Amino acid sequence: MEVALFIPCYIDQFYPHVAQATLELLEKLGCKVSYPLDQTCCGQPMANSGFERDTEGTTRQFIETFKAYDFIVAPSGSCVLHIKEHQPKIDDLEQFQKEVQSKIYELSEFLTDILKVGTVKGSFPHKIGFHSSCHGQRGLRLSSSSELNEAPFSKAKDLFAGIKDLELVELSRKDECCGFGGTFAVSEEALSIQMGKDRLADHLDHQVEIICGGDTSCLMHLQGIAERNHKSVKFMHLAEILNQAIS
Amino acid sequence: MSHPSQAANFLKDEKRAHWHDETLWFVREKRDISSKGIPEWEELRKLASGIKDHVLTKLDYYLEELEKKATENGIKVHWAKDAEEHNKIVLSILEEKKCKAIVKSKSILTEECHLNPFLEKHGVEVVDTDLGERIVQFLNQPPSHIVLPAIHLKKGDISEIFHEKLQTEKGNEDPTYLTNAARIHLRDKFMKAKVAITGVNFAIPETGEFVVCTNEGNADMGVHLADVHIACMGIEKIIPRREDLGIFLRLLARSATGQSITNYNSHFRSPAPGKEIHLILVDNGRTKQLGREKFKNSLKCIRCGACMNTCPIYRRSGGYSYGSTVPGPIGSILSPGIDVKKYSTLPFASTLCGSCSDVCPVKINIHEQLYEWRQEITKAQGWSAKGMSMKLANGIFKSPLAYKVSGKVLRATLKTLPNSIIYNPLNVWGKGRTVPEVPKESFKEWYQKNRP
Repeated sequence: MEVALFIPCYIDQFYPHVAQATLELLEKLGCKVSYPLDQTCCGQPMANSGFERDTEGTTRQFIETFKAYDFIVAPSGSCVLHIKEHQPKIDDLEQFQKEVQSKIYELSEFLTDILKVGTVKGSFPHKIGFHSSCHGQRGLRLSSSSELNEAPFSKAKDLFAGIKDLELVELSRKDECCGFGGTFAVSEEALSIQMGKDRLADHLDHQVEIICGGDTSCLMHLQGIAERNHKSVKFMHLAEILNQAIS
Repeated sequence: MSHPSQAANFLKDEKRAHWHDETLWFVREKRDISSKGIPEWEELRKLASGIKDHVLTKLDYYLEELEKKATENGIKVHWAKDAEEHNKIVLSILEEKKCKAIVKSKSILTEECHLNPFLEKHGVEVVDTDLGERIVQFLNQPPSHIVLPAIHLKKGDISEIFHEKLQTEKGNEDPTYLTNAARIHLRDKFMKAKVAITGVNFAIPETGEFVVCTNEGNADMGVHLADVHIACMGIEKIIPRREDLGIFLRLLARSATGQSITNYNSHFRSPAPGKEIHLILVDNGRTKQLGREKFKNSLKCIRCGACMNTCPIYRRSGGYSYGSTVPGPIGSILSPGIDVKKYSTLPFASTLCGSCSDVCPVKINIHEQLYEWRQEITKAQGWSAKGMSMKLANGIFKSPLAYKVSGKVLRATLKTLPNSIIYNPLNVWGKGRTVPEVPKESFKEWYQKNRP
């Protein structure tokens, strides 16, 4: 299967290893992966700050870059949700925009629903806490939401289920927000830090070695707080764990 | 009013803030257990949402029906276009009855209209009879939560307040003892009041009746002892038929406190012989909100408070940090409709996590409306430094070359700058967090080298 890789700007600049893991993982699972070099950003930071109308140029760039591909995969629930729901409408690219919005997938969603890999076979002998990003969870419905009366499910946990010796802990508050929230992290700094501390404490109370997630932005925020407070816990993106487990 | 500074203030007492978070989370968990106890929960939400959507499309019709039927039942119906008119109507009834002391059960609408200070200015003693509301009234504070008005106070605080106001024993924090003192105090007020004011949870045009829900029975106690009952309702409180109540009462109690049913759901249809019921229908900005396509369904709210209990921001910043009558997520989409400037920081007091929308019993898309208000607010604000930086960002992201160069410069800068500059007070990110370690090359650079 041929897919185009979309690497969000902050992953490109600060977490290239997450992008590399995503690329390698998709290749191991039999995909032919292209990485269009003209890609930049999805536009979310501006839109969530109230400037969706100023992201036309960014959106146009995104559509032009990805319109030729059948599938677009990104290791970020948040950016995918933005593209699906909050891009400003570009009138002269309307059809392409609709197509791009319907063929972009978050990584765990793509592996589960399109590639239908079921569980990933491999080994990863570590105790892990999984942080569900809100945009992935309640936005893209990658896992059940604790507020709803629905049967529990999680695409990430299903992928982990076949990995030997991987211990996934059950958190006390299953899906509380970490407090990143994009510019919220800066505009509501005190709240953002407190939310991050509380989220971190839940993981640490369960003695996890690694906090894993599908959105590097949440992990960047939590890692920043953990390091500042000298907490020894590692952070890995879902793609990194799956990629390591297989090899 | 700025939410960030109020929130930072609330968080200064980290222990108390943690207690506040845990207390409300406990209510959220009770709600989870009771909502999951009925298999048709999601079906009920869908029905309630549909009924409310329908009501909003025919609100004018239903209001006139309600007026007609209620009048036939002997209820006196009044229309108030805003808070001022509402308050004047209440005062005119009190003056006609020569009433100088009233009891009032919980009504967020009368808070919204600032009825208490208005009546007090005109020499009327107002006693809030909901226990939590009476407590905050002793402190001259508004409620900090629409269902749990004194949730920000601990037992010890209440013991101190009651010692001062009701002469209870100093240091006695026993809830039964304190509640009993409040009962004795309130009993006296109930007996003396000739007029009782209540809010309205649901008004039913089919029958011309309205329903008031309380756990303490204080609305009933007030109304049955008084000669005159004044009920104040926002015009959105309509449900078409009495049989629809079954859906809403089940949702309301479970969402609000995790109870399967509120203790008292009292129907008021016509006055007892020799008594009067007045029903005031208040607009106060609701028609305007109804005219805003993106925000009109905020009027579906049944004031259960579940979005407050679930909100990770509300739990850690308290009701007063919002500075509005209705705090929390629902307040943050209602308040900007009333005053966009005054409440401009509220839609940004959210990570857009979406928990409010999933918890809402009438399926209001609260977090999506927060996002939409952000777009409106930045437009209303005109030029700003933030707006300028967003335009610059768009300039960078629309050009792959500009993006590449900026990224390189940013990483190089972060790599070479000493920590004393990276962690200066202007870098808000770095106050409580480290910045990510800077890699020597971006993914794009790595890809071009390794995957030519």
